[in-house]
Amino acid sequence: MTLAQTVEALKTRFNESLLGEKEFRGETTLTFKRDAIVEICSFSKQELAFDYLCDITSTDNFGEDPRFEVVYELYSMQTGQHLRLKCQVPEEECSIGSVTSVWKTANWHEREIYDMMGIRFNGHPDLRRILMWEGYPFYPLRKDFPLEGKPSEMPDIAFSDKAPLEGGPFVTSPSSATTKDREPRARHVGE
Amino acid sequence: MSTDALAYDSKVEGNIIVTRVDAAINWMRKNSLWPMPMGLACCAIELMATASSRFDIARFGAEVMRFSPRQADVMIVAGTVTYKMALAVKRIYDQMPEPKWVIAMGACASSGGMYRSYAVLQGIDRLLPVDVYISGCPPRPEALIEGLLKLQRKIETEKPLLNQKPELIEAFS
Repeated sequence: MTLAQTVEALKTRFNESLLGEKEFRGETTLTFKRDAIVEICSFSKQELAFDYLCDITSTDNFGEDPRFEVVYELYSMQTGQHLRLKCQVPEEECSIGSVTSVWKTANWHEREIYDMMGIRFNGHPDLRRILMWEGYPFYPLRKDFPLEGKPSEMPDIAFSDKAPLEGGPFVTSPSSATTKDREPRARHVGE
Repeated sequence: MSTDALAYDSKVEGNIIVTRVDAAINWMRKNSLWPMPMGLACCAIELMATASSRFDIARFGAEVMRFSPRQADVMIVAGTVTYKMALAVKRIYDQMPEPKWVIAMGACASSGGMYRSYAVLQGIDRLLPVDVYISGCPPRPEALIEGLLKLQRKIETEKPLLNQKPELIEAFS
């Protein structure tokens, strides 16, 4: 089965959930409604031989609606095919089904997304923070979280402070503009 | 033994050194600094290199890496101190017996280095009193040895008796 046939099978099976399809340099991306994600992943693994989940990641399209996107990178060891699935997640109802029941490796990927982006995974067996400590009040990879950080305090466990950015070239402004405009080489904080 | 032995005696000449207690204590301390290797990132690799045969920190009496803070004299903070780790480092430092010193090894331990971010403590001196800062990312073993020698020179200038028991000195004076 070629990749085109695989994609076609997935599209036919979940036609009512499909939101979009994109191909770029030989990589296919399918966007689905988030309600069906567990079913879609399960089908991809059982019927389409996508036995390896490379990664789950998420993007924050700050200022757009829906705000978040969860991205699943699928790979098949048997056929060598690669497929990318995307699901949009709105800010108000910031959750999506967990695919830990399909691939066990999803456990830590989903914990990382929960930790960094604040998207909850329904049905996850152990949804704790994985990098920051339990009780850290922010989600640091969100676009509206300042790069310098925010102060927080948990007595005897951890604290955090603002880092001095000194107007360095690493200040980015969240928007959907190009990287050149979002991250000019030197820009002073508050400008 | 008669009291003559306390006076000048040509038999023991050359085996006696007259010095101050402070100087003797400093000399003993500076030449057997037992490090607590607080290896947190890539600087720890250079720290290991410093301890191994090519650079051999044993030449300066600091080869006895102690993984128990209770047996250590100097904490070498080698690497990026994240906020998650920061209070653990402080806790280990608190367990070290006095007198104790701290070497901030490398850019991250000294100032947060290139990590101007939400996750990284901007220099271990925000939590602990640092004696020697070593620049570099990571510093070469020679730089760490230079830092150790700087610390030894600092210890030479200390007044251990005066610092340790000021109330005792006061009672005598």
